[in-house]
Amino acid sequence: MSEDIIKAEGLTKVFNSHLTAVDHIDFSVKHGEIFGFLGPNGAGKTTTINMLITILKPTEGKAFVLGFDIAKQNNEVRNVIGVVPQEYTADEDLTGLENILLCADLYGIPRSVAKERAVDLLKLVELTDFKDKRVQTFSGGMRRRLELACGLINRPKVLFLDEPTLGLDVQTRTATWNYIKKMKTEYGMTLFMTTHYLEEADALCDRIAIIDHGKIVVVGSPEELKHSLGGDSITLAIKEDEDVSELIQKVEHVKEVRKENGGYRIKAEFGEITTPFVIEALRKNGYTVTKLSLTEPTLNEVYLEYTGKSLRDAEESRETFAAQRMAMRRARQ
Amino acid sequence: MSETNGNSKSKLHGVWALTNRELKKWYKAPVIFTLSIIQPIIWMGLFGKALNIGALFSGGTFALPPQIASQFTLPQLQLLGSYFSGLQTSILQGAFNTTDYFSFMAVGMISFTALFTTMFSGMSVVWDRRLGFLNKALSTPVSRAAIIFSKVLSATLRSMFQAGLIILIAVAFGLQFGLGFNPVYVLGVFAIMFLICVGLSSIFIAITIRSTRIETPMAVVNLINLPLMFASNAFFPTKFMPDWLQTIAKFNPLTYTTDAVRQLLIFSTDWTQLALDFTYVAIFAVIAAAIGIVLSWRFLSK
Repeated sequence: MSEDIIKAEGLTKVFNSHLTAVDHIDFSVKHGEIFGFLGPNGAGKTTTINMLITILKPTEGKAFVLGFDIAKQNNEVRNVIGVVPQEYTADEDLTGLENILLCADLYGIPRSVAKERAVDLLKLVELTDFKDKRVQTFSGGMRRRLELACGLINRPKVLFLDEPTLGLDVQTRTATWNYIKKMKTEYGMTLFMTTHYLEEADALCDRIAIIDHGKIVVVGSPEELKHSLGGDSITLAIKEDEDVSELIQKVEHVKEVRKENGGYRIKAEFGEITTPFVIEALRKNGYTVTKLSLTEPTLNEVYLEYTGKSLRDAEESRETFAAQRMAMRRARQ
Repeated sequence: MSETNGNSKSKLHGVWALTNRELKKWYKAPVIFTLSIIQPIIWMGLFGKALNIGALFSGGTFALPPQIASQFTLPQLQLLGSYFSGLQTSILQGAFNTTDYFSFMAVGMISFTALFTTMFSGMSVVWDRRLGFLNKALSTPVSRAAIIFSKVLSATLRSMFQAGLIILIAVAFGLQFGLGFNPVYVLGVFAIMFLICVGLSSIFIAITIRSTRIETPMAVVNLINLPLMFASNAFFPTKFMPDWLQTIAKFNPLTYTTDAVRQLLIFSTDWTQLALDFTYVAIFAVIAAAIGIVLSWRFLSK
């Protein structure tokens, strides 16, 4: 078997014979890496994850998890994977420990082994003090940690995380990232996650696939992707009214110059080094620089470049969706 | 780190774990548990004592008008009185097969509880789907049939518990056991309850397995619960119903369940009839469970 832990070939899912949620995607996830699917609401991230965790059957194409065919060997797949779903699935009427043991039972893990693992996992996610409290009393971050613990009870070789920090505040989100990193080092797993938070993809993932309208637009490490944009961007303005585009263009490492809003937008490699040369060139020719800024490319720019829209807009609707979901869950109590 | 993860493959283990999850939500929640105990007491008190059909035939109703009574001598009146009370007993006996309507109704209450408790098993499937638990369970190696069967089993165990409770309460309220009643017959009651509950909850789950909205099972339940209840012999003998209703009642498994429990508890047991009741309900349970499991296989693996 090759090094690929997950391999998808032309994976496709069509709902109700006309709605194509995932459209012939190919990708592979290597051993020990954190692979992220980044995209807005409705891009096909959850559908992809649901196919990989064997709860949805692909309409077309194939995918393998640790060499097992997700369509034909689904029970083998289920045994080696762990799943942390988007929703809070822990039973509110049960305690934290009872929930973990329930998960263990679903995998058919003997009680004695399960108890030992539960103790370790509760310690890992720092819920030991709350293990006998009902989940009803847990905060959002605690529930998320409990879901992480449940996902690890069968010692999975691959862990699937669907929007692991959806609906959490910024601090809890950062804390959750740390738990995820800790889990990964402790258990040496391969992680597949979906997210629509750029910072999350940037902070956690070794490689990212940007997905939009059911298709993978680009795959690469966050660094590669940012680099592919053609480097840093320098914005400057001069006092004089003349066009200095050509002058700037001559400076080494400058790739592109555009005049906009009375200033210049320059794309350049090695921004920190190039900027002083640009200023120097302008000054030598008698121009005065009045404004200057240097920005390194962010994943948002990458996203903008490849999908033609800002992820921030998509994020908004997702947040509303999460709020609705919460409200519904509350209504049950 | 060792490569063996010690996962065993016992299917039964999953069924019990999921059943226990459902049951824990019930017996660990004091309010719900208490209500499920109080509910049959209230119903029994209301139905049994409010619909006291036996009282229609009691002495008071048959008091002779004074101008007629004056024409009889005292011994004649006493004779007439005993004739009427004999008549009253034979009317009740003829209609309900027992002289005590309360006992007749109390047994009907057992079927009633079975129907109502199992109907809600469909609801919990919808909840599990909406809250994501169903998807999570589906991503584990637990058998798909186990997911459904645990719902069936937990509803069944709950109704069996309530049935036992109803028998106890009914005895406290004055249930009259039939001639030749043996405490062992109570086991028979649990057996028939098990069968009917497995059948009914499989049906209700099969109906709701695809729905993502809680309104769907609610509408289904509202549509069929009372018709199913009254088109049976639970509260009134079918022989007084119009023909078309009798035909429906004849196919209604609740009729056979109620009859079986009556045969065991309050009638002088007719073993042939009892065997027929058990056969009918058992066939219903097997067919319903098969449908439920087949549908769950189809719809849980989309």
